[in-house]
Amino acid sequence: MSKVGLSLTVAAVAGVTVLTGCSATAGGDDEITVGVIMVGSENDAGYNQAVSDAATALDAQEGVNVIKADQVAENNSVTDTMQSMVDQGAEVIFATSYGYHQYAVDFAKSHPDVVVMHQSGFYEGDSIPDNFGTYWSAGYELVSLGGIAAGEATESDKIGFIYAFPVAQTIANINAFHLGAASVNPNVTTSLVNTSDWCDPVKQKQAVASLTSQGVDVFSQHQDCQSTVIQAAKDADAKVVGYHYDAADIAGDAWLTGSSWNWAPVMIDIVELAQKDEFTGSEYNDNWLGMLSDGNSSLTLADFGPSVDDATKSMIEEHKASIEAGEESIFTGPIKCQDGSLLVAEGETATYADINGFDCLVEGVVGTLPKS
Amino acid sequence: MITIILAGAIATGTAILLPALGELITERAGITNLGTEGAMLGGALAGVMLGIKTGSPWLGILGAIVIGALVSALFAWSVVIRRANQLAAGLIIWFLMLGLTSVIGRSYNGQVLDPIGTLAIPLLSEIPVLGPILFDQSPLVYLGYILIGVIGWVLARTRVGLKVRATGERPLVVAAAGSQPHRIQLLATVIGGGLAGLGGAYLSVGTVGNWSTDMTNGYGFVAVAVVMFSAWRVSWVTVGSVLFGAAIVTASQLQAHGFAINQYLLDALPYVLTLVILVVISARRTSQPEALRAALAPN
Repeated sequence: MSKVGLSLTVAAVAGVTVLTGCSATAGGDDEITVGVIMVGSENDAGYNQAVSDAATALDAQEGVNVIKADQVAENNSVTDTMQSMVDQGAEVIFATSYGYHQYAVDFAKSHPDVVVMHQSGFYEGDSIPDNFGTYWSAGYELVSLGGIAAGEATESDKIGFIYAFPVAQTIANINAFHLGAASVNPNVTTSLVNTSDWCDPVKQKQAVASLTSQGVDVFSQHQDCQSTVIQAAKDADAKVVGYHYDAADIAGDAWLTGSSWNWAPVMIDIVELAQKDEFTGSEYNDNWLGMLSDGNSSLTLADFGPSVDDATKSMIEEHKASIEAGEESIFTGPIKCQDGSLLVAEGETATYADINGFDCLVEGVVGTLPKS
Repeated sequence: MITIILAGAIATGTAILLPALGELITERAGITNLGTEGAMLGGALAGVMLGIKTGSPWLGILGAIVIGALVSALFAWSVVIRRANQLAAGLIIWFLMLGLTSVIGRSYNGQVLDPIGTLAIPLLSEIPVLGPILFDQSPLVYLGYILIGVIGWVLARTRVGLKVRATGERPLVVAAAGSQPHRIQLLATVIGGGLAGLGGAYLSVGTVGNWSTDMTNGYGFVAVAVVMFSAWRVSWVTVGSVLFGAAIVTASQLQAHGFAINQYLLDALPYVLTLVILVVISARRTSQPEALRAALAPN
């Protein structure tokens, strides 16, 4: 989501590419130019590629030109990139990394005629600027379904979860993944290894090796880039549940399922509103949150891998349907923390805000969260 | 667990050892190349690009050595011929390569190739305890074993090695003896860069099987530090590299076992441990090449 990388102005400038060359008639009244900024590579088979795919879908819309920039660090280079996009005529900008938040807010305030959307952030001020909004979708609902696939697939009853930083979303995902696995396999434990980086292949490889030596035979992750963990798991004859992007083609037989972002509908909606000058006051001029249970999640369940049997597939589909219908949640009590204390009481269901506020790992997760 | 940690220490330590052996040769000739990190990045990317294009990881490795050598040739030209400040030139080479590889490597992010992986040596790998630790590794690790011996022998026991060491100590004496210290420095730096490129490709092609921006993550700088703290000796460079590898592996193993240890301490462990032990080792000797980082008079 956010790689705190080095500022690479060279990369940022070279990374700006105008997608469509077909705008010979550019400047027509109903043409709109949209800028999309990514923190990592647009080919990372992960978070950023999902954004890039949505940008491509947006570009295919009638009258929409997209300018993409990837590998833009979370510092002043994002402001420079936004300015350069506006200079090229951009009227809507999607800044898609968590760490862009303050730059995006400041830019929106100084450019009232440009719609600035920040993906994954949350605006905390009193009154949100008329031309600004954030958008995100809850990850834990689908992650819990991936957990079910993992709980069914493990033979050693040990699954591994490789994460980057102990941020709220990650903690929610780890808990949901384990609860999903434990719901079908009460003996399962989920071991954690942290890489302290959103994409460090060397540490990812080492994490897989360490977990494999513990007997772990199914992996999932919350990293920006997925390739290394998937390849290493495949080499170790383990299975993987993906996150951010459908990487089944890299994983081959090792693939179980995963969650992948589909941002295109939200981005297309926002651009249409901006084209009609109806953005201000719309649902996106706010902190927009998609949920499976609200029927508007931007996260989709990836296809199942060849080793997932039909019974598991239909069970997961059933759970998905009842989450969508608002009939079940993986965070329905009783749920205990690792130390045995009660996290969610029997019969109660934690809300989105509760879940993102949990700072304890649930019982059955092996490992501790780094405390500063 | 101990066997796994030691085997992992050697596997990870090789990523430090290869560039460190190269830097050792370079520093023995009187040059400090902070561009080692840049040469590693160049090698890591070149290895993946060539490996994917040709389908042969070994051609990728070869290309990585060439690119590492070329990058360091640029550095060597600037400091030996143009007499630029070594530390500044090294940092500039690093920045240059960080930017270049990030731009050129854009389309290779997310592309994968089959990493070289491990190759158990028959018989040797069956020795109890030592076998799995030493002889069930990547072929590039075995190359590292050979390089330790060859570089140690050449530096200590041959005429060429004597010339290299003399260039780092008393370049004027080398010149008076009829050799050309500039030429020796150029060559030592280019060879060092080739090994740094090999180290980068060991990570990208040998270990993980893909490229990602800034993937060497400071290993090149650790290699330079290991050389300095190990008193410019092949044996201690080897120990330092494996120690660093051990600390990285231990940090991840402790987590996988669920030990509650402060994450930030674990992250710092490789650096702290290597630093402390090598400082203790090197406190007893001062064998820094006398003319290290001294600009030679023009040819």
